[in-house]
Amino acid sequence: MKKTGAEVILESLRKEKVEVVFGILGGAVLPVFDAMYDFPIKFILTRHEQGAAHMADGYARATGKAGVCMATSGPGGTNLVTGIATAHMDSIPIVAITGQVFTTMIGNDAFQEADITGITRPITKHNYLVKKVDDLADIIKEAFYIASTGRPGPVLIDVPKDVQMAETSYKYPSEIKLRSYKPTYTGHIRQIKKAAEAIAKAERPIIYAGGGVISSGAADELTRLARKTNIPVTTTLLGLGGFPETDKLSLGMLGMHGTQYANHAIMESDLIIAIGARFDDRVTGKIDEFAPEAEIIHIDIDPSSISKNVQVDIPIVGDAKLILRELMKYVDKKEPGPWHKRINNWKKKYPLSYKKDGKLRPQFVIEQIYEVTNGEAIITTEVGQNQMWAAQFYKYTEPRTFLSSGGLGTMGYGFPAGIGAQVGCPKKIVFDIAGDGSFQMNIQELATAVVNKIPVKVAILNNQYLGMVRQWQELFYKKRYSHTSLAGGPDFVKVAQAYGACGICVKKKDEVRPALKKALSVDGPVVMDFRVVEEENVYPMVPAGAAVNQMISGMA
Amino acid sequence: MKHTISVLVENKAGVLSHVAGLFSSRGFSIDSLAVGETSDPTVSRMTIVVDADERILEQIMKQLRKLIDVIKVQDLTGGDFIDRELVLIKVDAGPKKRSEIMQAVDTFRARIVDVNPKSITVEVTGDRGKINAVLELLRGFGIKEIVRTGRIAMARRNKNQ
Ligand SMILES: Cc1ncc(C[n+]2csc(CCOP(=O)(O)OP(=O)(O)O)c2C)c(N)n1
Ligand SMILES: [Mg+2]
Repeated sequence: MKKTGAEVILESLRKEKVEVVFGILGGAVLPVFDAMYDFPIKFILTRHEQGAAHMADGYARATGKAGVCMATSGPGGTNLVTGIATAHMDSIPIVAITGQVFTTMIGNDAFQEADITGITRPITKHNYLVKKVDDLADIIKEAFYIASTGRPGPVLIDVPKDVQMAETSYKYPSEIKLRSYKPTYTGHIRQIKKAAEAIAKAERPIIYAGGGVISSGAADELTRLARKTNIPVTTTLLGLGGFPETDKLSLGMLGMHGTQYANHAIMESDLIIAIGARFDDRVTGKIDEFAPEAEIIHIDIDPSSISKNVQVDIPIVGDAKLILRELMKYVDKKEPGPWHKRINNWKKKYPLSYKKDGKLRPQFVIEQIYEVTNGEAIITTEVGQNQMWAAQFYKYTEPRTFLSSGGLGTMGYGFPAGIGAQVGCPKKIVFDIAGDGSFQMNIQELATAVVNKIPVKVAILNNQYLGMVRQWQELFYKKRYSHTSLAGGPDFVKVAQAYGACGICVKKKDEVRPALKKALSVDGPVVMDFRVVEEENVYPMVPAGAAVNQMISGMA
Repeated sequence: MKHTISVLVENKAGVLSHVAGLFSSRGFSIDSLAVGETSDPTVSRMTIVVDADERILEQIMKQLRKLIDVIKVQDLTGGDFIDRELVLIKVDAGPKKRSEIMQAVDTFRARIVDVNPKSITVEVTGDRGKINAVLELLRGFGIKEIVRTGRIAMARRNKNQ
């Protein structure tokens, strides 16, 4: 059957079971949008393309399915860039489709031309410039396959306008012909047995679980393994939800703002079982002093992650879920021992804490959100102090419930990601734990949320500062607060109302609970402006470049 | 240490930029790079010479393998392989020096491919040892310009042969 390129795109999206596309149109994608006029696919018009990319990302993180965003050529594509880079750093499957100027114009600095495949080369898993309409269906099929298999990541498809208009005989390919891309899924059995032996011998083992546990869907396998062997589990920021934080084996998050007990435990361990984590510098601290006595097992689907930052003793390349299932067969039950006693002492000695006085403190707000949602919400975060408190004071028990920009640390991520998550999981409660700075980076998406009736709740921990940066200035630059004040910012309640959303301002501790209850009762987006203590700091903290057990605890 | 890496890639637009971009964005440096079609027109071979220690080399190989259009990556160094480079060398050569240069060039089985009143252009093909020796020799006469193709290499025997 003859179809235009534009129709091929839409048909192919339907074949890939895409439920929703986020984006903004423009001249170079008009043929696609014209075909969309009477095509049954849900499209959410955002107010900025960055919002669209983060929505696709939030949708992907919450559902496990690839998210899709679309933009026009030139500025449309370049506006997607931050969102694509965010997804790339955190290995999130999104497919971005951009319009491009006519193939005959490419390279001529045509109106709204940008070399988007060149620009996104280092921030995509792969990208395509489609030159012939006959290749389009194959490329789309490949793009979804590449985005969501192996170590997932963003794929961009750039489609010139004439390719969208050209006709081709359409048949959606039934299989992928990719001789050069074959991810390894099953782990090498000899390596798995070696790992089991190391586990049997270890006296002070620790599991260090990252985002790979979530993307591989290995949370149950991880939990079973940890419980059988009684090995304590710490997770990275992206690993939160991969192991129930309510379990007695949980050590919470490790690293720069991790718990002291997790950091002490990993530093003194004699065996680290790293699963889908990449020994990021925010986790290891000073690399030369990291876990000096530990033997390291590293389970990862990406061979290039192994021995990149630390030397690994037992690498196992493959899918975490399959490998953990296999490993489970070779490990024996182990009872808690002196190691667990030591860890429990650390837990007692250094609990996560904050000053409990009459003041409205950000940590308290998060604890309250945890309580009113029974720990069952999807939490997205912005970046900065809000993000770290959200990681520390909400207990995550299920995968895909904590969505945060870890690798890139993108301010403005949380709100649009929350919208994407809510679209993917309409029955869930979605909270964006926000900062007053970050929220303003994609505040325009309030219109998207209101118009499309997407009831995301935004909890701004309004400290009137670019708080995390102010904290560094306080601790390392003698309190010289150079340009970190946000004083004079907008009245967020009025902003919310202007967009047609509900706005609530909270100034006192005892108003928090009623405000949250009210927010949950509103059937639509709500912006809560929590006027928290301005100069609160995130503790514990490992100063940049120090070993991870050299923490500043600074009890408030 | 210098490593000669042989990379088979899909013969498609954009592949070179993916490979070259990988080197620049990860801070690996390339000594030389040569590309051409193989016996299969859908496949190209890149021969890349890099100066890297074992750890960096491992990362380079892994990162190359991660590129979607890369089919196969092999470090030839240490194995049994043939490598060649072609170099054009323009040498300062007035009439007096000329016969001396011709003689020198002859012993290395290099060729003279162009002669001007003031210069001679020498073409030499060989492995690194030979090329270095010729360059060393001609340096004494005064080299005006050098153009190199970059090294190409081939394993003597394929694994499955
Ligand atoms: C797009 C972007 N620009 C700058 C930064 C650097 N940065 C990191 S945290 C931060 C402050 C964030 O302020 P706010 O959103 O109010 O959060 P708080 O730390 O106060 O909770 C800044 C500017 C960043 N991470 N992302
Ligand atoms: Mg702030």
